[in-house]
Amino acid sequence: MASISVRRLSKELSEIKSEGCPTGINLVKADDFEIWWFTIEVMGDSIYKEEIFTLQFRFDSGYPISAPAVQFVITDGKQAPIHPHIYSNGHICASILGNEWSPVLGVTSVCLTIQSMLASNKSILQRPTDNDRYVQHAPSNPKKV
Amino acid sequence: MSSDYEFSDDDNEFFDDEDMFDATQDDGSSDEMDMDADGDDFKITPKNKRKSYEIEYHSLSQSEVEKQMREEVNYICNILGVEPSTASLLLRSMSWNRERLIEKYMDNPSTVLTAAGITLPEPPSSPLQNPIRTHAASGSSSSSTVRRTTRSASKLLGLGSSSKSSPTTRTSPIVQHTTPKYTKFTTKPDEPFVCPICFDDAPNLVTLSLDCGQTFCINCWNMYIVSKIRDEGEIAIRCMAEGCQLIAPDPFIHDVLFPTPPADASAMSVNPQDNAQAWSRFQELLARHFVGSKKDLKYCPYPGCTNTVSCPAGASKFSLTTVVPTVFCGARGIPGQENSDSSLGLGGREHKFCFGCAVEDDHRPVVCSVAKMWLRKCRDDSETANWIKSNTKECSNCQSTIEKNGGCNHMTCKKCKHEFCWVCMGPWSEHGTAWYTCNRYDEKAGVEARDAQSRSRASLERYLHYYNRWANHEQSAKLSRDLYAKTEKKMEDMQITSSLTWIEVQFMKKAVEEVEKCRMTLKWTYAMAYYLARGNEKDLFEDNQRDLEKAVEDLSELLESPIEAEVIPSLRQKVTDKAVYVQKRNEIVLEDTANGFLEGRWRWNVTVEGFDEPDKSELVL
Repeated sequence: MASISVRRLSKELSEIKSEGCPTGINLVKADDFEIWWFTIEVMGDSIYKEEIFTLQFRFDSGYPISAPAVQFVITDGKQAPIHPHIYSNGHICASILGNEWSPVLGVTSVCLTIQSMLASNKSILQRPTDNDRYVQHAPSNPKKV
Repeated sequence: MSSDYEFSDDDNEFFDDEDMFDATQDDGSSDEMDMDADGDDFKITPKNKRKSYEIEYHSLSQSEVEKQMREEVNYICNILGVEPSTASLLLRSMSWNRERLIEKYMDNPSTVLTAAGITLPEPPSSPLQNPIRTHAASGSSSSSTVRRTTRSASKLLGLGSSSKSSPTTRTSPIVQHTTPKYTKFTTKPDEPFVCPICFDDAPNLVTLSLDCGQTFCINCWNMYIVSKIRDEGEIAIRCMAEGCQLIAPDPFIHDVLFPTPPADASAMSVNPQDNAQAWSRFQELLARHFVGSKKDLKYCPYPGCTNTVSCPAGASKFSLTTVVPTVFCGARGIPGQENSDSSLGLGGREHKFCFGCAVEDDHRPVVCSVAKMWLRKCRDDSETANWIKSNTKECSNCQSTIEKNGGCNHMTCKKCKHEFCWVCMGPWSEHGTAWYTCNRYDEKAGVEARDAQSRSRASLERYLHYYNRWANHEQSAKLSRDLYAKTEKKMEDMQITSSLTWIEVQFMKKAVEEVEKCRMTLKWTYAMAYYLARGNEKDLFEDNQRDLEKAVEDLSELLESPIEAEVIPSLRQKVTDKAVYVQKRNEIVLEDTANGFLEGRWRWNVTVEGFDEPDKSELVL
């Protein structure tokens, strides 16, 4: 009975469709219950002003007990934001995607977290210090790190 | 308080080497061995007496460890007047240090209870109005930007998803109490409960919450707890709500894993078998945590083994300079315990390990710190040293290490610009115009240069001398095991084709085991000898080492001799005699070295942790 993830995701999807996403976040595709794409934009005065990033969610049957695999899309000319906690391969270093994940969190809350993570960066346009080393060895799924 | 289990007095020492040995034998052959031994010149140590190279310890099964845990929990229950589940959480949060727990608890019970995840933090001065504040209060320790943004974002989410369920989840945000009582919330008929995780809203949904009152359905709890235990090996299972610091007490976990009445199997996402497995894994993790917190206890490091060894004599750092605490976990069965059944025995081989370090399971006779130092040196140096030795020379002027990777023999040192000949190491100026050949090998300057070089090579040579012998014994031990596998096959064939009995073809087994054991001893004597300071003590040590090595090599050779049915009786006699001799030599090395440690007789040529600084004249760089 893997349907808990399906049931939960369909509920989240219908909520997004009826109530809409928070400002600056838009659903790109959610054709199945495995991969969803969102665009994310920082509103107001920000060093990421007028930049639109694409965020990818990957869900497995363990969702929402375990965290989804979340990363920025870097194909087809898309770029990951330059931020001290975001690697150039799109992987994101955020506690709620790892050991501070809680099953009450959901897709929109993760989007909001990442949006506010970008918004709170006022000046440092830099990759993480270990970016090159990490990107060289990182698995394709950020949860497997 | 563990005196109940003390059975390692002299009369019934269960893990005496002799006993271990005999356990692998059938009675006939080992008796014969002992008879042969009686005829030997060597004094025989009485069987059941602990030898100086053995340490006092005893093995515990998981259930015995659990019994000890229960005793500690009861003790805390009586002193602090709390429920067992609370006492258990308190002890776990203090790494089972009950004295510290009692002291801290007497000082400020609410801080201790909060830190252990039993009660919610004290509310800030103003009363809480909504669940969002709780998160902010409990997240006060966050420091990094990510965490901060994480929190603030989750507040936003909290508003979004809890807007529907907050009327039911938040009945009493903070309740002051000292014993955790978890409450089963029943859904009020007018406000249907929707689980905030799976969005299930079935009317008969069983819902649970910890003391924080944040309610979820039992299915989500179940999946969460099973995943925490099975996938993360976690014993402190926090509330599912984000940022909540409460930890689920054991009875709560039990009730979730074994719901009453039994849940409808079709409605459960986790099957009962997984639940039972998770529960037993949880018990194992608890025992491991307890053992890990106690200095005098160690978990058997062998995969899948759940036994524990209690060895107070090997627990302190100081004691590790005088003894080598090699122990067995009792995987072949712990005597006197009902569960010493065959399920613990893995292929009949005992689980031997060192109580003091993780360097190697048995590094007798050398103490942990020296063994560790040696292995570190080997890891760092051996390959490099070998390469340097075979591929480089030192500049005869400035001693820089030089690799010649092409060109003629006229070398110019990059560092000091000294020009010399690669072949004779003498200065190039003596070579005149003989550009490509060196015919001046005996020239005085060349001899001097080679002398200087050999001095600087001496320490490398010295190290490689010990290292190669160390590695060789390890390799030979492996080879003798392989050889034995072949021999055993042959002997068993022979038993079928000839008139020999099973017992008569078993004599090789003991001999091979003995050789293997002695090679391990020999191996580590080289590590020890490398660090021993020069002097009479070292000479005596090396004499013993040499005698053992000679005996082992003789026996090894004998084991490789061709086996034919007609020579078996004489071979058997020879092998048996030699094996007994080797065993005695091994005992002498182990015993003398162990006594040396107890008497503080060994001096080192380097600084060893826990020992006196070596004399300046004894230092070897």
